[in-house]
Amino acid sequence: MSVIADWIEWFPALANGLWLSVRITAVSLIVGLPVGLGLAVMAASQNRVARTISVVIVEIGRGAPALVVLQLFYFGLPSVGITLTSFVAACSALALTTAAFTSEILRAGLQAVPPGEVEACKTLGVSPRDTLRFVVIPQGLRIALPALMGFSILIFQATSLTFTIAVPELLSQAYSIGSTTFNYLSVLVLAGLLYAVITIPASWLVVSTEKRMSRHLSYAR
Amino acid sequence: MQHLQAVLLGVPMTLLITVAAVSIGAVLGVPLVVGLRAKNFVVRIVSRGLVDLIRGIPAIVWLFIIYFGVSIGAFRFNSTMAAIVGLGLISAAYFAEIYRGGISAVDMGQWEAGNALGVNRWTTFGHIIGPQAFRVSVPSMTSYAISLLKDSSIASTIGVTEIVFFTTQDARSNAGGLTVYLLAAAIYLALSVPLALLARRLDASLRKKVSR
Repeated sequence: MSVIADWIEWFPALANGLWLSVRITAVSLIVGLPVGLGLAVMAASQNRVARTISVVIVEIGRGAPALVVLQLFYFGLPSVGITLTSFVAACSALALTTAAFTSEILRAGLQAVPPGEVEACKTLGVSPRDTLRFVVIPQGLRIALPALMGFSILIFQATSLTFTIAVPELLSQAYSIGSTTFNYLSVLVLAGLLYAVITIPASWLVVSTEKRMSRHLSYAR
Repeated sequence: MQHLQAVLLGVPMTLLITVAAVSIGAVLGVPLVVGLRAKNFVVRIVSRGLVDLIRGIPAIVWLFIIYFGVSIGAFRFNSTMAAIVGLGLISAAYFAEIYRGGISAVDMGQWEAGNALGVNRWTTFGHIIGPQAFRVSVPSMTSYAISLLKDSSIASTIGVTEIVFFTTQDARSNAGGLTVYLLAAAIYLALSVPLALLARRLDASLRKKVSR
């Protein structure tokens, strides 16, 4: 079984790449999610300037392909004097994409919090800031959780795009092994399976979370 | 101006890949969703496994597998074909999921009415449930088509001459820098906005003809 022998030989390099993919995902989410929340809150604010800024960032982040944003950060920014390492460029580009997409998810989550609760806070004399912080955001986050988890899977898959800016992640590792052994099919399939080993169970987790979160609804029907 | 011309060169190819992949996906999604809903356990498990595997592996990895990996005798895919086949397969898996959602959104009473009137299962599916499910699926289908328009940019990695391909070329040779990438982003936006507006109008008119 030469395929298995090859796979065992290649596995350490690919596992290193996979670990880098996971790290890029984690950094992008840790940076992108709070920004996304900020954008979501800004989109709902009374201030027109804040709303406009939020809409512009979100529309660019969602409208441009992640690949273009990635290349813009890595190949485009040096022309205005900002040179990023490929890892930093990858993380910042994916964080921007994360912020743009999650802000829409979070906005939907915040809107799903019953308006009666906000009115109740107003009646009880809770300040708008505290209402947001203690009432709307905690519940909105819970509502948005399954969608956010689903999006995290997409961002993990999107790390494969950082191959184009020379980040040595999973796909790059597989491609470089392929180009030295000429056994592209075998090594790329192994890389694909390594992605699937993470994304498929993660998607089951999303489904079970969704079910868990909507459990209370079944009584109403 | 010269940068804009360079980037615009890629637009026909981007549209070609997107339209071709969406068409393949919309057609192949039908047998897949029939498989997902099959009574036969084996058919159901195989379809589910296929859909999950296709969606679980990043698109760029699929393109690489098809472009670099597949060689049957002397046959190899050229880069455009590989991109269309790869993105078409991925669309099929996504469309199957969209159709599944659409079918379950149609009222159960429609199945029961078909059954009560002595219409068999396949005819009920093809003539009663299918058309209504399709109408429910249209918004998700169009938003998937828009995201595929953007995802088609990854075809540039296997050398397909679409928008990002020319963008990168221009950035490297003519020192386009930041401008050319911003132009590319703007073109993607300009392509997807009319699609989104069209989708909204289409949905409003189709939505009226569904029993839920």
